[in-house]
Amino acid sequence: MKADREKLIVIGNGMAGISTVEQILKLSGSYDITVFGSEPHPNYNRIMLSYVLEGSKTINDIILNDLNWYEDHGIKLYTDTTVARIDSETRRVITEDGASVPYDKVIIATGSNPLILPIPGCDKQGVVGFRNIEDCNQMIEAARSYHSAAVIGGGLLGLEAAKGLVSLGMQVTVVHLMEDLMERQLDHQAALMLKDELERQGIGFAMGKKTTELIGGKRVEGLRFSDGTELACDFVVMAAGIKPNTGVAKVSGIAVNRGIIVDDFMRTSMHHVYAVGECNEHRGICYGLVAPLFEQGNVLAKHICGVATQPYEGSVVSTKLKISGVDVFSAGEFIEGPMHTVIAAQNDWKHTYKKILLQDGKIAGAVLFGDVTEAAPLQKLVKEHALMTDDIYNEIMGGGCCGSSGAKKSLSVETMASEEIVCGCNGVTKQMIVEAITEQGLTTVEEIKACTGATRSCGGCKPVVEQILQYVLGDGFQTESKQGICGCTKLSRDEIVAEIRGKGLKTIREVMNVLEWSHPEGCSKCRPALNYYLGMVYPAEHEDEKASRFVNERLHANIQKDGTYTVVPRMYGGVTTPEDLKRIADVSLKYDVKVVKVTGGQRLDLIGVKKEDLPKVWEELDMPSGYAYAKSLRTVKTCVGSQFCRFGTQDSMAMGALLERKFERLDFPAKFKMAVNGCPRNCAESCTKDIGIVGNDGGWEIFVGGNGGIKPRIADSFCKVKTDQELVDICGAVIQLYRETGKYLERTSEWVERMGLEAIQAAVLEDEEQRMQLLERNNFALQQVEEPWSQVLRENATRRVMYGEVNGDAPHNKLEV
Amino acid sequence: MNKTVKYYPAGSLEDYYVQMGRAVQIEGHEIAVFRTTSGELYALDNRSPHPKGGPLAEGMVSGHFVYDPLYDWKIDLRDGFVQAPDHGEVRTHQVLIEEGTVSIGMSSGHEQGIGTSL
Repeated sequence: MKADREKLIVIGNGMAGISTVEQILKLSGSYDITVFGSEPHPNYNRIMLSYVLEGSKTINDIILNDLNWYEDHGIKLYTDTTVARIDSETRRVITEDGASVPYDKVIIATGSNPLILPIPGCDKQGVVGFRNIEDCNQMIEAARSYHSAAVIGGGLLGLEAAKGLVSLGMQVTVVHLMEDLMERQLDHQAALMLKDELERQGIGFAMGKKTTELIGGKRVEGLRFSDGTELACDFVVMAAGIKPNTGVAKVSGIAVNRGIIVDDFMRTSMHHVYAVGECNEHRGICYGLVAPLFEQGNVLAKHICGVATQPYEGSVVSTKLKISGVDVFSAGEFIEGPMHTVIAAQNDWKHTYKKILLQDGKIAGAVLFGDVTEAAPLQKLVKEHALMTDDIYNEIMGGGCCGSSGAKKSLSVETMASEEIVCGCNGVTKQMIVEAITEQGLTTVEEIKACTGATRSCGGCKPVVEQILQYVLGDGFQTESKQGICGCTKLSRDEIVAEIRGKGLKTIREVMNVLEWSHPEGCSKCRPALNYYLGMVYPAEHEDEKASRFVNERLHANIQKDGTYTVVPRMYGGVTTPEDLKRIADVSLKYDVKVVKVTGGQRLDLIGVKKEDLPKVWEELDMPSGYAYAKSLRTVKTCVGSQFCRFGTQDSMAMGALLERKFERLDFPAKFKMAVNGCPRNCAESCTKDIGIVGNDGGWEIFVGGNGGIKPRIADSFCKVKTDQELVDICGAVIQLYRETGKYLERTSEWVERMGLEAIQAAVLEDEEQRMQLLERNNFALQQVEEPWSQVLRENATRRVMYGEVNGDAPHNKLEV
Repeated sequence: MNKTVKYYPAGSLEDYYVQMGRAVQIEGHEIAVFRTTSGELYALDNRSPHPKGGPLAEGMVSGHFVYDPLYDWKIDLRDGFVQAPDHGEVRTHQVLIEEGTVSIGMSSGHEQGIGTSL
């Protein structure tokens, strides 16, 4: 450890502490961080325990930072370790097992504990809180051996626990002290509708009941209420509330009220000690929801790293229930008083309800039930105490069907502060999303999810993310952010190809220089695309730029997740020989191939070959590459056909092999699959191939643009031909047109839709001269291709550098100390 | 405590192609060494910080960045930092080029960043 680095200790390994640490890591590298956690787990998403309980996610799914993350960032993590106290005299933190660790600064992030009602019998077996992974596991365990559960508490946590236990097959009764469920988040009407809906989902309710005793022997057998009635059950979940976990602070002499008292920069009464999250009390409020934790964590991280920040002034909390099929939202004040103006709309047929409260004309709070599309804008309006206007009214209450006029929508996103958290589950701000869109060229919610984590957990923020997309791309859609092929350029595929042809650009570097790429060496999106376009425009001259090929095409094998590769030799038309099979078997044994898999394209895949073994495997197989890794012709699938099949009208095996031999090895914009069938029974599935061919008595029918993958599409009938020569010519012309007009990575299914089938038919079928030229160019390109595996075997230097490893095991006698 | 850096021979500059990476084995560690257009070599642990791991050496090199071949994460070769919006860090190692000979510096005694108290 270097002496100049400050030692930061975080007590608590939950969401508040670790999200603060994540922020600190982004801002500064000057802390040595140590984290103490009482639980045995790394940092996980506590708010998603409800999903683990109902079985839609596993524990692994909700881990936010695995052990590698701590290691990668040099963070010392002590799991299963509870801190006893902070000694400000010696500036050390002392754990319960007596270890003591020196600190410069401490962040207390101990969260809160479930409130176990102090009533007789609360220590019986079969009584749990619902707070952590252990509780979750106990509940899942209980559901296996017990039948009826009572959940004490009809708040957010209680209802999610109840729903989880119902999904696990238990009979569940929610016991609630008040007459309304979630009375802290909902008004009477929304609470009624919620109860109706949950009863439909199989939860029972005992409302207005105060539990005074848990009855039974060693194990709980039921509840007794203050009115003398009883409820039999063999499992009890206490979800009557949470209380800030202030133990460490109290023992250490830090000022505590309900929570650990902090100021607007999360400072406690003890010098150098901060508190963040549910364990603290800020301006008299203890928060029990996730969004405030992130807001507090952001302020604290900046403050600790010496970055200018606005003080934390409290959060307007909003609530969403995470029960599938029940949409509830509330924010701000939602119980009307004499000072409020009420706007409400109730729809008992659609089971929706909407209410907004105004105070002095300003929006003070809202409740939504059943339809929460307006949750995000409302949350913001409540936070800002916005003045109600006709525009806002029309937008929120508009036309009975949540009128979503894009232009108005974007207004609220536009005025949203950059720092505002859009995704509460993962702490993603508006700014992070905007940057992802502008810098990475993202265009869909899915991409943003993969990129930033927003919408990844509960999905509640999806509407806002969509609005931000609309706001960022919408305005600039026609002008500024005209869709370039990637973030490095504003130019489209057609513009780039036109420039390559017009200016005679010959290399990727030249294209990027002349067309003023924003990143001088491009990115993983544009480089392979440019390499393809140059090869397509200059089939003979263009020298393939290996460094711009994706690994699979560079090494002529498919990389697997563990860094091994697969080898797929050609089996023309899906036909092999005993000799070839024997060789495949011998090589597989010799090189310890992990799996021999029959692929979807009628060939064999040798999985798990080490990179350095690839050339030897190819050499000993002595077969051509099947191009299973390439944006090229993969396979031509065939049925048995007229050689043997009693229904066969055409020799599909021979035609398939012929086509595969003719068009193999050529670069295409995307992978290319074909099939040949001997009769209309279509056993080789022509309808889902880029080009599918169906034989009939007297000729062939050609289909184009089929796809069986991500977005299945049935191929369009292109034309019928009488002779084999016509068939091969039409295939060649279609292939060449696709090569010359397709966008890199665009499959024919998308290409046919974009170009229009008629346009393709016109170019290939109606214009004979154009067909001849396409064919000529196609044949010329085909003359340039070469078998890649034998090429590697021939070029020793390439083989050594591309496939060989460097061994650096013997150290020099040179040391630096 | 000071760290000791040991240098290991890793072939010559010609053993590395421009804008490409290679794996180098050093005492059981796999190091990915990349050569940039401007002629520098950079060495990083040959393991993506992506939760699913996987090698880095086969990534696409652009400027002083590499795009991880399995998940397309963008990583700065100079400090090993994963670029936003993804997060993570790969350990980097020193590279010396003396008269065309390449050596990679490995520090010993790097502390484990994780432990469980006893």
